[in-house]
Amino acid sequence: MALYSEKVMDHFRNPRNVGVIEDANAIGEVGNAKCGDIMKMYLKIENDIVTDVKFETFGCGSAIASSSMATELIKGQPLSEVRKLTNRAVSEALDGLPDYKMHCSVLAEEAIQAALEDYEKRTGVTV
Amino acid sequence: MIYADNAATTRMSETAIETMTSVMRNEWGNPSSLYSRGQTAKEIIEKAREDIAAVIGAEPREIYFTSGGSEADNQAIISAAELGRKKGKMHIISSAFEHHAVLHTLNKLEKEGFEITLLDVHENGVIVASEVEQAIRDDTCLVTIMYANNEIGTIQPIREIGEICRRKGVLFHTDAVQAMAHIPVNVALDNIDMLSSSAHKYHGPKGVGFLYAKKNIVLTNVIEGGAQERGKRAGTENVAGIAAMAAALKEGIDRMPENAAHMTAMRDRLIAGLREIPHSALNGCSRRRLPGNVNFCFEGIEGESLLLLLDDKGIEASSGSACTSGSLDPSHVLLAIGRVHDVAHGSLRLSIGEDITEEEVDYIISSVKEVVEYLRGFSPIWRDLMQGKREFIL
Repeated sequence: MALYSEKVMDHFRNPRNVGVIEDANAIGEVGNAKCGDIMKMYLKIENDIVTDVKFETFGCGSAIASSSMATELIKGQPLSEVRKLTNRAVSEALDGLPDYKMHCSVLAEEAIQAALEDYEKRTGVTV
Repeated sequence: MIYADNAATTRMSETAIETMTSVMRNEWGNPSSLYSRGQTAKEIIEKAREDIAAVIGAEPREIYFTSGGSEADNQAIISAAELGRKKGKMHIISSAFEHHAVLHTLNKLEKEGFEITLLDVHENGVIVASEVEQAIRDDTCLVTIMYANNEIGTIQPIREIGEICRRKGVLFHTDAVQAMAHIPVNVALDNIDMLSSSAHKYHGPKGVGFLYAKKNIVLTNVIEGGAQERGKRAGTENVAGIAAMAAALKEGIDRMPENAAHMTAMRDRLIAGLREIPHSALNGCSRRRLPGNVNFCFEGIEGESLLLLLDDKGIEASSGSACTSGSLDPSHVLLAIGRVHDVAHGSLRLSIGEDITEEEVDYIISSVKEVVEYLRGFSPIWRDLMQGKREFIL
């Protein structure tokens, strides 16, 4: 019995959408170094659609995999859908996370919601 | 695979496996039975007791077989506490970075009214003997200090502490689980009253260990139910495990001089190589250190992802990060030597074995360098550090 599902290991070993978007118009950062995980999401939003998304994560295997999966789930999606993203959707897409790692998927949800709040603040638009 | 987690457990030696399987197959009697099958089994454990006593400077009747190091720690501490309680001495001295088998037992005693002093282990992870002396009070019933730390490998001044305790008339226990068969341990020379040891840390089987207790010490039972171990530890003896432990210990001690020399050289090569990684730090003193222990913190990364990627490269190691412990806090050992949470999460322990080669050490160095650099490449902390938005700790 492995620690993580194949999906988690795949997203951990080959994380999608890693990096920074220099001209991102929505950035969300959550977590803290003291607790051992920080996630930062960079979104490029055009016409209410997430046209590009990248992430940076300091954290364990499931934190990196959760970030990667979350970016996949929102890329190309309208903001109305992105707003509905839950940690459950992230963990389910990863074929589950161990109980004590569920907070990693929560962090991914929070990072994206934080980016949307940043977008609202920058644009005055309510998502 | 390169197994670099020998502080967690070791591979059983061929000698130990042969001894164990032979005893299981041929000498399966109960040592408490009076017919000869039972008595033969009894002879096996008594021979093991003599052999173990001889290599640590004890008398056979001072060796009590247990299920391992944790049980031995529990029994030693509880026994000393009971002796102290009878005399109205309810103060115990220990250190902040002991194994949880010690710390959790002390927590339990604290709830029963004992007062516990945990000594500072300083930045180098080495206790100062004179600070033990200063902490001893009229009502101190026990000093319990580990021989060598399980995470950072630092070796404590056991002989000096033992000498102080003897002079002050205070019982001295040491958890020698990591030290035994890796560095010289002698209960007579080291002034030790009680000592815990676990077979699987020196190529013996899991589930067996022993407690050494000086002959005048009356032990308190942790497990009741029979007259085994002179009435101090009930339960039919793990005959095969005990025989294999004695065989592994003797072999380990016989080979210690050459093994320690080789491992120390490999350890120092590994430390020198990993020190080249910017913003990293060795945890614990580089000299007063077990021959096989290397423990580093790398700023800007987290330990579990480091371990998983090293596993992909065929290297098995461990970390003191919270994510690997299942708790929210990183290793209490790293916090005790003053590492802050931020960097304690990025720790890596490599505990190499006797058969490690120079090529393997070099492969570990290049792999760790590669993985640390890769993880830093998308770490938001590392970005902030590099852009001056956050101050480097290491």
